[in-house]
Amino acid sequence: MDFTLDKKHEMARALFAEFAEKEVKPLAQEVDETEVFPRETVTKMQKNGFMGIPIPKEYGGQGCDVLTYVMCVEELAKVCGTTAVIVSAHTSLCADPILTYGTEEQKQKYLVPLAKGEKLGAFALTEPGAGTDAQGAQTKAVEVEDGWILNGSKCFITNGKEADIYIVIAVTDIVEDKRGRKQKKFSAFIVEKGTPGFSFGTKEKKMGIRGSSTYELIFEDCKIPKDALLGQRGKGFPIAMHTLDGGRIGIAAQALGLGEGALESAVNFTKERKQFGRSISAFQNTQFQLANMATRMEAAKLLVYQAAMAKQNKPRYSVEAAKAKLFAAEAAMDVTTKAVQLHGGYGYTREYDVERMMRDAKITEIYEGTSEVQRMVISGDLLK
Amino acid sequence: MKIVVCIKQVPDTKGGVQFNPDGTLNRAAMLTIMNPDDKAGLEAALRIKDATGAEVTALTMGLPKADDVLREAMAMGADKGILVTDRVLGGADTWATSTTIAGALRNIDYDMIITGRQAIDGDTAQVGPQIAEHLGIPVISYAEDIKVEGDSVIVKRQYEDRYHEVKAKMPVLVTALSELNEPRYMTPGGIFDAYDNGEVTVWGRADLKDVDDSDLGLKGSPTKIAKASDKVRKGAGEKVTLDPQESVEYIMSKLTEKHVI
Repeated sequence: MDFTLDKKHEMARALFAEFAEKEVKPLAQEVDETEVFPRETVTKMQKNGFMGIPIPKEYGGQGCDVLTYVMCVEELAKVCGTTAVIVSAHTSLCADPILTYGTEEQKQKYLVPLAKGEKLGAFALTEPGAGTDAQGAQTKAVEVEDGWILNGSKCFITNGKEADIYIVIAVTDIVEDKRGRKQKKFSAFIVEKGTPGFSFGTKEKKMGIRGSSTYELIFEDCKIPKDALLGQRGKGFPIAMHTLDGGRIGIAAQALGLGEGALESAVNFTKERKQFGRSISAFQNTQFQLANMATRMEAAKLLVYQAAMAKQNKPRYSVEAAKAKLFAAEAAMDVTTKAVQLHGGYGYTREYDVERMMRDAKITEIYEGTSEVQRMVISGDLLK
Repeated sequence: MKIVVCIKQVPDTKGGVQFNPDGTLNRAAMLTIMNPDDKAGLEAALRIKDATGAEVTALTMGLPKADDVLREAMAMGADKGILVTDRVLGGADTWATSTTIAGALRNIDYDMIITGRQAIDGDTAQVGPQIAEHLGIPVISYAEDIKVEGDSVIVKRQYEDRYHEVKAKMPVLVTALSELNEPRYMTPGGIFDAYDNGEVTVWGRADLKDVDDSDLGLKGSPTKIAKASDKVRKGAGEKVTLDPQESVEYIMSKLTEKHVI
């Protein structure tokens, strides 16, 4: 087995790294400090094709593979967790389900502008009472003569107020199983910003990824057309779960980048920082810490790239995605925390990037399925 | 309209410079980039392509691994690449290089040839004008702006304390400054296309037209390198803290002392 990347992937990485260094890194601290969505960066990423990397060219994308997209998220996350999740949520959670489940008309109408980056995407499943227990969702869509009426609210939605196109999961039917128990049936819908009855609630004030626009979505008698239904009626839950499998690979890549970015900062800092008359990198504790951090990130990288290849080549990749996200998120949390420790007092100040990276890393253990959910997916497969 | 952009894969000075025992650069051992002036020249050509639909060909002379710099050019938007590579062409100075590139260019049609002003490795600024001389076409060097008007180009040419506006009929060779523009990024899809479908023609000595062996490679190079060195680091400078009035006087005295004013 050969783990070296071919030339085109190497060149793509060089492109993402150069872009991240020149266009994203200089703004990262300000984006965090001001909690302002980096719209200019998104416009630049649109111009350079970063918003539709794995989408086929016939739908306005770049026609690259999942691995290239993953490397893009990784390189962005090395310098800015916020920018990385904007690309990840847009690509994995909105463009990807339309590519997978959309009709040709839906692809032309929604996927093409998403893949070109002219429009930004979001995905809405979570509700105040339905996080890990996604089946607890209450938002309803009632079929009427010429469409659907949506009522309910969604929370913690990434790209919330900034997106143009939303995938919304809502209850459409209640059926009874064999034992007479009532079961909700969900469906997925494509909802456009500006639809009457669709508004935004609270903006979340977060610990990390503070420039990411995280909002509550409110639907009050929001009427959407018949053709807003994505995939089959009643299949919304499997669509959401399959979409999250892909999304987890994106978040795993974000975690990978955050950990790698923090490691790089720690290497540079410990070489420069002098205590007791020598660089702190000369102390064996520092050396062993760095060795552990590097090894952990390398293992995370292999799992993340393996999950990307699984998504590229296999119809199901839930377990690979869960393992990659579980490991990469925990590695990122560990490595960013250790990087802060190696920076000492400086690492605790907002002057140094590792402070932000540690706060950003925490969310990777929570969103798009907590680490506990990933363990449920992995063990569920082992014990089936 | 057909534009050929001559580009060079040069050492990325961030990664350190290594020399062969004979004083030439050990190119195989170094990280590489597209020479910045050449990249600006390519960007200028691509802007003309965006506006007029011109065909842009990137041409390079180098080791087989210089294929990468052609793929990079195609990932930015060049239509095709030509790689001139042959053992007998190795160790070429500016004379042998320009002879080789001119020999390659005689095989193809062009309206405009763009080269970078100079490469960051040799810093001679000779190859572009020499190519024009070999081909018998006009050259406009140090371009800050390039405009196409009918069958002519109008170039804003940088000069020490002013600029010239020079018009020439095509075919013409223009040498570009990195100040010319801000080159675009490659696109991810462009990179995939460049490697999966990109067309790179490889030429050796036998494909060069109207050139003499005695003008090629190390043997055909009149330049002999006595000594080569990496960039000399500048001193740390001098830091002074003075009030504004004293600062002005201090700066003026230093400038006078160094004969700047």
